[in-house]
Amino acid sequence: MQSIIKIESLSKKYKDAEMYSLNSVSLDINQGQIFGLLGPNGAGKTTLISLLCGLIKPTSGHFSIDDLNYSNHASKIKKIIGVVPQEYALYPTLTARENLHYFGSMYGLKGNHLKDKVIETLDLLGLLKFADKRIDTFSGGMKRRVNLIAGILHNPKVLFLDEPTVGVDVHSKNAIINYLKVLNQNGTTIIYTSHHLAEAEDFCTNIAILDQGQIYAKGTPKALIDATENARNLEDVFISLTGKELRDDV
Amino acid sequence: MMYKIWMSVVKEFLLLKRDLGGLIILFIMPLVLVITVTLIQDSAFKTISDNKIPILLVDNDNGSVSKSVFENLEKSNLFSVITQIDNKPITEEVAKEAVYKGKYQLAIIIPQNLSIDLQTKIDQNVENIVSKMGLTETDTSAQAEKPKVIKEKEVKLYFDPAVQMSFKNAVMSSIDKMISQIETKSIYATFQNQLGEGNIQFEQKSFITFKEIIPRINNKEVLPNSVQHNVPAWTLFAIFFIVIPLSINIVKEKSQGTFVRLLTNPVSNLIVIIGKTITYSIICMIQFYMMVAVAIFLFPHIGLPPLNIEGHLFLMSIVALFSGFAAIGFGILLGTVASTQEQSAPFGATSVLILAAVGGVWVPVFAMPKIMQIIAKSSPMNWGLEAFYDVLLRNVSFLEIIPKISLLFLFFIITTSIALFYDKKKRTV
Repeated sequence: MQSIIKIESLSKKYKDAEMYSLNSVSLDINQGQIFGLLGPNGAGKTTLISLLCGLIKPTSGHFSIDDLNYSNHASKIKKIIGVVPQEYALYPTLTARENLHYFGSMYGLKGNHLKDKVIETLDLLGLLKFADKRIDTFSGGMKRRVNLIAGILHNPKVLFLDEPTVGVDVHSKNAIINYLKVLNQNGTTIIYTSHHLAEAEDFCTNIAILDQGQIYAKGTPKALIDATENARNLEDVFISLTGKELRDDV
Repeated sequence: MMYKIWMSVVKEFLLLKRDLGGLIILFIMPLVLVITVTLIQDSAFKTISDNKIPILLVDNDNGSVSKSVFENLEKSNLFSVITQIDNKPITEEVAKEAVYKGKYQLAIIIPQNLSIDLQTKIDQNVENIVSKMGLTETDTSAQAEKPKVIKEKEVKLYFDPAVQMSFKNAVMSSIDKMISQIETKSIYATFQNQLGEGNIQFEQKSFITFKEIIPRINNKEVLPNSVQHNVPAWTLFAIFFIVIPLSINIVKEKSQGTFVRLLTNPVSNLIVIIGKTITYSIICMIQFYMMVAVAIFLFPHIGLPPLNIEGHLFLMSIVALFSGFAAIGFGILLGTVASTQEQSAPFGATSVLILAAVGGVWVPVFAMPKIMQIIAKSSPMNWGLEAFYDVLLRNVSFLEIIPKISLLFLFFIITTSIALFYDKKKRTV
């Protein structure tokens, strides 16, 4: 399969930080994969996603998305990626429809196409009847779903999801995961971070386990489980690679 | 790009529409401010004449001078003179205590024998002059007698410590003038007696008078009043208060995560800022027209003269727009640099107050110390205020306000560029 994301020796050291948050990471992510970035707190997952989304600049190394080098084609890349941040990046006093019209228009969507796309996705995620309600009246699960829609209205080739199911009820979680699977079947490559290892094991086609800014292991969930002694699931693999030490991060 | 800007403007208006507190700050507070300040300033003298300021007069002289002082103070229509408290004549100690406790704003203490000593002193001086001119016969016995030494007399003034300097200065100057007039009158009277037993009449009316020449526009005298001065000043002040909601808006975008989302979208930060600039410029203009409308239509109904903008509305609108740009630039910079609303709101409010003070909204720039005058010239609020005065009071043309509005626009460009640069720099850490 063809690589859609190529990362070469990518490093990031924040100003005044003693250690690298990401240390010479190289990784290829193939088109059509659901790629899970797993790791304990402070492993470098969010730094890697922030770099790939263009939110921060790398200290060294480079990467390309869909054969477009980020340093030369940032704006082109932004058109083909979608980002679903961990926090609800929505305007609380606007309605779901108003939020989605605004963020959709920032991707260049307009007119009836935008309106129809908003209605269609709200409907698919069970939110159409709440389209004209303000976001600050929504439950956590509803906000998560709107947060997801805001990142996928433009049918991105690559979708970055940072903890998309954190703090939501089972129904919302299922709705989100099922919808993401549909998106993936339609050709969207998904890069996803999560602390829910069982969810990742079920959802991801490929996984990389990061710790201390480096990739410790990568492969399919099954291959990683098989390769680890006495591992019955991804959690066992994770503990085996990263240890049992608490990783409180400030 | 135009559609993205349009959608940004729509979004900003929707956000404002749903923010009642923000709407009050943007539209109601400026109106309350301009009405309140103009009412206070315009009616300051009316209030004084309608409700005279009570002052204490301690008359230790009981002569013609103190009588004259009393009569002049009463005639001035500014003061009501109190000479007794609880039916007892006031002593200096009582007066001092009452004033220092803030019960009265002023006490005047006329010293003992002021009238007699003043007359004696004048007599001595006049006699001396007249004898030197050889107009009187020399009295040998008088020549032998040394003239009595008259010590200078002091009229004491006690002010309430809370009284403002400007009030103090005005009162001191009018009392000084009053006493000078009494002295002059006495000198004339003494000369009159010495020279001709009343058959020479001195004209005691002031020879030199002054007249204010009021500027004429279209053959009409334009008499500046408190409304013409206050409405532009406080309108500008209100326009600059847009710094607070705008900076809060930007800080909120950062804390809500919407700003981060926008950074990942194919939209430049410049478009986001253009959207905010258009929205808040429209708000500035609405504020401006609301305040002008209030000054024209409401002021006459609450006892104030109406704002006269005859032929000036277009140029005033231009000044308001460019002042708005300067305020927006400052708001964008503040919102970008501040991390929390707790930082941006108090800093925004305080800095607008400082800019207003430095810019001459409260105290005219010419009355400031030299160093502050130099600083004032670099304040955007001063450029805006001077441009408003140029248009409204000095009747200048568009060409003449170009330098000031250019400075306002340059301020917008510089502050916005710093904000964009700061934001970009922050993301490279």
